[in-house]
Amino acid sequence: MSTSNTTTQEYVHHVAHHFDSAEEEYRTSKFGLWVFLMTEILMFGGLFVGYIIFRGIYSEAFAEASKFLDWRLGAINTVVLIFSSLTMVLSIYYAQHNQKAKVLLNLYITFFCGVIFMCIKAYEYAHKIHEGLLPGHMFHYSEQVAAHAPLYFSFYFCMTGMHGIHVMVGMGFILWLIRRAHRGEFSSNYFTPLECVGLFWHLVDLIWIYLFPLLYLVG
Amino acid sequence: MSSAPGVNYLNEKSGLWSWLTTLDHKRIGIMYMIAVFTFFAIGGTFAMLMRWELFSAGKNIVEAQTYNEFMTFHGAIMAFMVIIPGVPAFLGNFFLPLMIGARDVAFPRINLLSWYCLIIGAAVAFYSLIYNGADTGWTFYTPYSIKTDNGTTILVAGVFILGFSSILTGLNFIVTVHKLRAPGMTFFRMPLFIWGLYATAIMQVMATPVLGITLLLLIAERTMGIGFFDPTLGGDPVLFQHFFWFYSHPAVYIMVLPAMGVISELITCYSRKTIFGYRAIAWSSVGIAAVSFFVWGHHMFVSGESEVVAILFSFMTMLVGVPTAIKVFNWTATLYKGSIIFNAPMLFAMGFIFLFTIGGVTGIILAVTAVDVHFHDTYFVVAHFHYVMVGGTLMAIAGGMYHWMPKMFGRMYNEFWARISFVLIFVGFNVTFFPQFVLGAMGMPRRYYDYLPVFQPLNRISSIGAWTIGIGFLVVLYVILRCIFTGEKAPDNPWGATTLEWQTSSPPPHENFLTQPVVTGGPYEYK
Amino acid sequence: MSLKSEEHHIIPLKSFIGVFFALLFLTVLTVVAAQFNMGEWNTVVAMLIASIKAFFVLAYFMHLKVDDKVFLVCFLLAVFFLIVMYAFSVVDIYTRVGVSNIL
Repeated sequence: MSTSNTTTQEYVHHVAHHFDSAEEEYRTSKFGLWVFLMTEILMFGGLFVGYIIFRGIYSEAFAEASKFLDWRLGAINTVVLIFSSLTMVLSIYYAQHNQKAKVLLNLYITFFCGVIFMCIKAYEYAHKIHEGLLPGHMFHYSEQVAAHAPLYFSFYFCMTGMHGIHVMVGMGFILWLIRRAHRGEFSSNYFTPLECVGLFWHLVDLIWIYLFPLLYLVG
Repeated sequence: MSSAPGVNYLNEKSGLWSWLTTLDHKRIGIMYMIAVFTFFAIGGTFAMLMRWELFSAGKNIVEAQTYNEFMTFHGAIMAFMVIIPGVPAFLGNFFLPLMIGARDVAFPRINLLSWYCLIIGAAVAFYSLIYNGADTGWTFYTPYSIKTDNGTTILVAGVFILGFSSILTGLNFIVTVHKLRAPGMTFFRMPLFIWGLYATAIMQVMATPVLGITLLLLIAERTMGIGFFDPTLGGDPVLFQHFFWFYSHPAVYIMVLPAMGVISELITCYSRKTIFGYRAIAWSSVGIAAVSFFVWGHHMFVSGESEVVAILFSFMTMLVGVPTAIKVFNWTATLYKGSIIFNAPMLFAMGFIFLFTIGGVTGIILAVTAVDVHFHDTYFVVAHFHYVMVGGTLMAIAGGMYHWMPKMFGRMYNEFWARISFVLIFVGFNVTFFPQFVLGAMGMPRRYYDYLPVFQPLNRISSIGAWTIGIGFLVVLYVILRCIFTGEKAPDNPWGATTLEWQTSSPPPHENFLTQPVVTGGPYEYK
Repeated sequence: MSLKSEEHHIIPLKSFIGVFFALLFLTVLTVVAAQFNMGEWNTVVAMLIASIKAFFVLAYFMHLKVDDKVFLVCFLLAVFFLIVMYAFSVVDIYTRVGVSNIL
């Protein structure tokens, strides 16, 4: 049962009293996360519904407004998140194979990818704020734009902002996993938190997979 | 742990801190009970003030602006802090694990968090009163809700937090029902209260997040002018209504489905007879939950939505009456040739069937677009939803509470005063709200602080009824307090009921059961 | 006692790497496809490719391929009702009669 790269004091996960077994706790925790993902799909989904509706109505204005976005930065961010999804799932894989060092390596890379993503986002936001490309009433770009371009930027900021908040929350959870992984809490016997945070992180990736073409590649 | 005799979930640990940090679903249920009853008293007070203003035509105690604020708060409090959490978070939290033979819900810490979301959300909502709250009605329709200059943003933020309470409860219940049933308890051996909670939980989890994003967007509209719902910026105010009602229609089934589950328990227990059509009632719960997502536009027939969708929504709304009616037929069939006990819980259950049926059929009336054009935003609608919310859910909460009080507190309630409370509430309720059907048909608009003199007589009758309900609930409070402090000791199973919560002590121990129950038959095998 | 019982099929490392490269390829495809002007179809194609990427993330990275079917039901239910919300709202907006512009 114990492998050579555990610490001298092997961590034993304590199963909560209302579960009959560790297996039941594991399955239940995953189920809970999936139900939580349903709530996230419907919440973000509302934003997507609104965006798709208005894009259909104001297609030219939205196409023109999206030219202010740099698709290359969006593409880099897409690759960054996809890669971080890989490293996230690998951290689970290595926990299942009791390879603590690789668990930590992949968690650190995942976190670092989140940092890159947020830095690129911050750069994009700073540029837009500087140019006055802001939502609704705050829009004050120096030149003439289509009548409903500010509406596009409302969606841009709401959707990427909501997404960015989720990225940062995910990064917070990954830090928590890193702390626990350092303490040797994850092994083939117990990797539930890795799976649960992983599911959340993959959802964040999924949302961006749709955001990128919808916002950056219009028209 | 708590195998010592006389040790139960109430007395095993003492002190406020042990309650505020509890992970025991039973204690959390009691904390919800106290919170919900407190919010009910506050929301009810706003109602009493409204009915006082409406006692006579012309100004009585407040100006129109203040009346609109009362009306908004009454709605927001009752919807989000009383009727939505009322059955699931109080009775559901306490009894779901017990009735399925589990030791707790799947995620006890999330359960406690959901209670704190209720408290913090309520605190934020009440804080908005410093800025005169909101005057938009609990529905926050745009564009007025964008422009109105008061505490709307804060109230909306409070409701957003309250939404999380509901989501977390629903999440917990879905997983608990799937994963923690006792050995031998298949889905079709679960009590019908659990089916009601389960179907409700599915709606809580899928509909409430849409309310969440809608409220966030409304705050963004008010603070940043993002423009989604503002016609001056190219937005669509009717889209706000689509977003809002996509949640708020399932929300009304979140309000009533668990209550129907309670009624199933009461009807079968106090008829001493197994329920008629168990599977039909179980499937109808899921059916109502599913169809509830397809009818939201019936709130928007006169808002500017197209006739095409109006027809679609009208049809779907009539459809949702079918599974609802199935329940009423089956309860009635259960009563037939039953050995009926007319105690307070049963009186409330039978009152529910009668009043909910009236509420339900008036809903079908409103589903007819040609009729709704005249009745929308009149007192007919107000009467309809009070019949289902108060005549329905509130009666179920009262009946369920009396039924389960011996289990929760280990003490019997006073039957005489409980029946008095029923009479006051039932009579008071009909006196309050039946005239409102007539007022609506006569054309009296809702959400108005004044009315034409011709409407005065019926308004006076309605106000007197409202104060009668108030007295009735004061009697309920008296019965509860007297029970908790001086009630006679209750046996484990005073009603001879068959579901699992009665097979453990009153009150139950911390772990719910001393030995893991094993289920070998259906939930209602009465001899 | 290990959670690695027979019921837990572990997706092999090679599959994860393969999925990653597939996702990279599809991302490139998305960008390339956007260069061609296909009018309305641009959005459709972009969403189709995004959905294929989503399938890979869901099936492999999120383990839906090997896990309990109920998780897939959770995901599909959420997407289904989202589509319902979209469908009725859009039908409303595009069938409103008697207004000079669409809103």
